[in-house]
Amino acid sequence: MRLLSQDRPGHWLLAILLAAILLALAGAPFLLPGTKALAVAARILIFIVLAASYDLLLGYTGIVSFAQTTFFGLGAYGVAIALTGGSGWLALILGAAAGIAVSVALALAMALLSLRVRAIFFSMITLALARFVQVLASEWRGLTGGEDGLTFSVPRLIAPGFHPFAAPILGLRITGPVIAYYLIFAVTLAAFLILLRIVNSPFGRVLQAIRENPFRAEALGYRTIVHRALASVLAAGFAALAGAMMAMQLRYTNPDTTLSFSLMIDILLMVVIGGMGTLYGAALGATVMVMAQYYLQPLLAALAAAAQGIVLLPALLDPERWLLWLGLIFVLVVTFFPAGIAGSLRARANAAARAPRT
Amino acid sequence: MAEIPLLELAGVHTHIGRYHILHGVDLAVPEGRVSMLLGRNGAGKTTALRTILGLWRASYGMIHFAGAEITAHATPDIARLGIAYVPENMGVFASLTVAENFRLADWRGDLRPTRLDAVMAAFPVLAQKWRARAGTLSGGQKQMLAIGRAIAAEHRLLIIDEPSKGLAPGMVAQLTEALIGLKQARTTILLVEQNFAMAQALGDHVAVMEDGRIVYRGDMAALAKDIPLQTRLLGLSLASHQ
Amino acid sequence: MTPIARQPLSLGGRDPLPYLVLPALMVLALAAMKFSAWLTLTVAGLAVGCMLFLAAIGLTLIFGLMDVLNFAHGGFVTLGAFIVAAVFAALPASGGGAAAALGVVALALAAAAVAGGGLGLVFERLLIRRVAGAPLRQILITVGGGIILQQMLIVLFGAEPLALPRPEALRGGFIIAGAAVERYRLMVCLLGLVVYAATHLALNRTRLGLLIRAAVENREMVEALGFRAERLFRLVFAAGTALAAIGGVVWALYAGMVTADLGADIIILIFIVVIIGGLGSVSGCFLASLLLGLANNYVGFLAPKLALGTDIALMLIVLLWRPRGLLPMDGA
Repeated sequence: MRLLSQDRPGHWLLAILLAAILLALAGAPFLLPGTKALAVAARILIFIVLAASYDLLLGYTGIVSFAQTTFFGLGAYGVAIALTGGSGWLALILGAAAGIAVSVALALAMALLSLRVRAIFFSMITLALARFVQVLASEWRGLTGGEDGLTFSVPRLIAPGFHPFAAPILGLRITGPVIAYYLIFAVTLAAFLILLRIVNSPFGRVLQAIRENPFRAEALGYRTIVHRALASVLAAGFAALAGAMMAMQLRYTNPDTTLSFSLMIDILLMVVIGGMGTLYGAALGATVMVMAQYYLQPLLAALAAAAQGIVLLPALLDPERWLLWLGLIFVLVVTFFPAGIAGSLRARANAAARAPRT
Repeated sequence: MAEIPLLELAGVHTHIGRYHILHGVDLAVPEGRVSMLLGRNGAGKTTALRTILGLWRASYGMIHFAGAEITAHATPDIARLGIAYVPENMGVFASLTVAENFRLADWRGDLRPTRLDAVMAAFPVLAQKWRARAGTLSGGQKQMLAIGRAIAAEHRLLIIDEPSKGLAPGMVAQLTEALIGLKQARTTILLVEQNFAMAQALGDHVAVMEDGRIVYRGDMAALAKDIPLQTRLLGLSLASHQ
Repeated sequence: MTPIARQPLSLGGRDPLPYLVLPALMVLALAAMKFSAWLTLTVAGLAVGCMLFLAAIGLTLIFGLMDVLNFAHGGFVTLGAFIVAAVFAALPASGGGAAAALGVVALALAAAAVAGGGLGLVFERLLIRRVAGAPLRQILITVGGGIILQQMLIVLFGAEPLALPRPEALRGGFIIAGAAVERYRLMVCLLGLVVYAATHLALNRTRLGLLIRAAVENREMVEALGFRAERLFRLVFAAGTALAAIGGVVWALYAGMVTADLGADIIILIFIVVIIGGLGSVSGCFLASLLLGLANNYVGFLAPKLALGTDIALMLIVLLWRPRGLLPMDGA
């Protein structure tokens, strides 16, 4: 409980789901051998950090920003550019650090800008900035490799050709990518626990007070500006960290995988479906969404094949149209379950706990 | 009372968010009379008026107007039955001119010139400020605009929330005079007022609210004579207006 | 239900400074290049500005009058683009004369307006109304609605880009004072001016406009006077989405091609326009559109390398100067 900063999941089903995700991710290379399964598991881990960082902004602070991918991309390009120019752990760490530093600086500048404009303006501005950075990454070929992006090699310990042990361990042949996976796992776990600590600290509670009523919070003597800016900076830093892990895991970086608007939509879906303002929801949402991306499309393809000959239905079920179905789910969640999975489960548990007393 | 009142509230409760404001209000407004609704600040007078107009929803109870049940009606539909409402904040459109405010006086869009002339006769300053933005008027002028706009169109009931609030004494006297004119023309009025002198000059019947309930009902003249009762119901500050 | 209360709209004592930005930019540009190049760029820039205005005006109207920021606006622009493609496919106008061509374009504009407005009503009913008074959910639901709209357009019209050749009568141009002026651009400028004037007049010179302005200021009082404010807002929403679709027609004919990404591509520009102009302001939207159109053309000619950042830079400069935009809502 100390590790979880006294923030329990709050409902037995949520606790079981989260424990199952944790165990599955911890044992993924052993449980589900194969490169695709490992890639899916690593992607889930990375998006847990990214979605949780966004939840700090959206769920806990009530700031609607569409520039979270920008920071993710900066982290990824930091690593990519460093490993294209140099090699080894030092380059990797320096690249990640540079990406995080630039993200933090940009987030600070945006936070200062946000003081001058209405909240709704700020959302639009972040969208414009995110788009600008995406175009910039596509056009600045000398630095970013343009649309094609950058492909690079990672330190030998985590490279595909590395086999430290001759014999398999527990039936799994340990390779560089497996080691990389556990590195990502450790960083994700640490990052998530730190974020949990942050939102349950006095600082986190002030953020929520500001979200509920900024004027009252200010009247109580909290410096809303400083708190919001700090939340933005933290969110940007963790997003960049996730981006750096993404680059390390994929061994390439391009605008589409790190900066696109559809990626931003993914993050939004993860946080909203999982449940805003709970962090656990972000982890749950990230898992559900990444799984859906990999496994919903084949399902749609199968359904489309089955619906052959019926008007419009095959076009609706085309795997390319999976965004349509996600959009639909998103709208339904926002309309009917605005608290998301985690929030709805918690509300139930709270209602059940209160009921006997009244 | 033998005749059926024009407006009748029966056991009306109103909740605003978590707060239970009205606790079963019974109120009857007879036709052709001026009914006063008095009470201390926070007694629920404004909430009662807003509930009649459908701006807050009654959670229990019934509201009838001119023989029709209007409890669940939408605000525009209630207004269309012939109720004019002048809210506490007067509800003038500050960004529109005085003329434009009057153009919105009647939802059917048929404003009679003769009625408008009568309003201008009662409040000559509005004619002078005809092209000015309502936001530039003084508080008293805004109140005249609000009441003038309400009476410019044909209505069966006029509801006014504290017209004297925040106005200079001279302005209050002018307003009182205009409202006495309406009273003499047998206009049905439901008036919330803290100014006891104004209430006394205008009211036929009176109801006093306390904590979301009607605690006294009677003739204005009887309450005006009974100083101890006034003090008990309305507090010293109000009686001292005399 | 929270009453929509705003600070009184500022109308008296207009600040002339924002209006001087446009001529100042034009004079500066003239000093930096030859007159014929300047004239060509200026006409082209004004045309792009008018197209931007047509695409953006609906968004700013809906926001100004309903306090709803419709992130699905780009989807309605795309809808208009596909409608014009469908109309042209059904009625090939390339052979006919100028009158026939203009007739088909007018038909496409009307069809787009009807489709955009109709779908806007559905959108308002199914999505916007459910989250009234919850700003965060409002943003989220319009984002989600925009995704559904765009994907449905792909389902109906296909993912492949559709070629949309402009009718003969709207191709080519003529030379004035050594500057090339395209016919289509002239038409777009005309349309932009007409829509601007019509919006302005509708809001300021009609009883309906009066009612809308009153409802923006104090919705409760408008209802207490017997007007159905909800219908007014629905009407405004439909008008806004209809205008977005009209903007889509104009952009598609300009690009000569329709893709499902059209709306997503220009929504950023649209946002920048309404931010620079001042959310909710019709005149601000027009001014900002022209400003953006001209600035892009001038910078693209003088310093092509900087063209990429022109929009963002312009936005940041204006925001640092005037955080609420050049002409914050003036009710017109």
